Amino acid sequence: MELNVLSQHENALKFRALRNQVLSANIANADTPGYKARDLDFDAALKNATGKGVRLMATSDGHIGTGKATLTSEQLRYRVPTQPTLDGNTVETDVEQAAFAENALMYRASLAFLDGKIRTLRFALKGGD
Amino acid sequence: MSLFKVFDTAGSAMNAQSVRMNVTSSNLANAGSVSGDPSRVYRAKQPVFSSFQDALNSQAGATGVRLDGIVESSAPLSTRFQPDHPEADENGNVYVSNVNAIEEMVNMISASRSYKNNIEIINTTKDLLTQTLSLGR
Repeated sequence: MELNVLSQHENALKFRALRNQVLSANIANADTPGYKARDLDFDAALKNATGKGVRLMATSDGHIGTGKATLTSEQLRYRVPTQPTLDGNTVETDVEQAAFAENALMYRASLAFLDGKIRTLRFALKGGD
Repeated sequence: MSLFKVFDTAGSAMNAQSVRMNVTSSNLANAGSVSGDPSRVYRAKQPVFSSFQDALNSQAGATGVRLDGIVESSAPLSTRFQPDHPEADENGNVYVSNVNAIEEMVNMISASRSYKNNIEIINTTKDLLTQTLSLGR
């Protein structure tokens, strides 16, 4: 039960780490002609994480599946620019920076959750104190 | 661990931007240079960027910046009639480099901003990695 919770946060961390990579590539290529900005779709990743792969048997509609979260380039989507440029570059630095900041915050949030779980487990193992 | 690749990506971008900065400073330094021979006049140079994915970084999204080369501007040179100039040709003309100082200043600001952006990316990612390492302590 507890370990299951750990693996959920692990999947979230993996997703955030990969999105961090994608967004940083966007910002790195802000001045590259013809570069198309990309992003990961959280909903698709969530569906993938809960819908496919080996799953535990669910005996109630309220059970959440424990599929393996596999993040691949197939989940990358091209961003639709609001202000396209003549050189074919679709990176909008402000949008990317906002997304990057949000993603970093979410990564920290997942870390905090994971840290809390680990502390709880350790507390239980030591029998309090 | 995809967070580590951020350093490569942002690093390649910083490298490209620093080359751009270098080229800009070279252009500005030679902005007013003249010569009597049109083929020897300094011409504005511009770096050409492209994005790349190497075999190791073929995993989703790890796209760095590569410097494809440096091209010389084909903008026309302006001529100035100055027969007393030691470099003047037989008609008394000297040729002035085609550097546009305004364009270069804009280039410089853009390059420095992009460079700073990438530094921020590296700092944030470094923070995230450090926090991950201290997980559960």
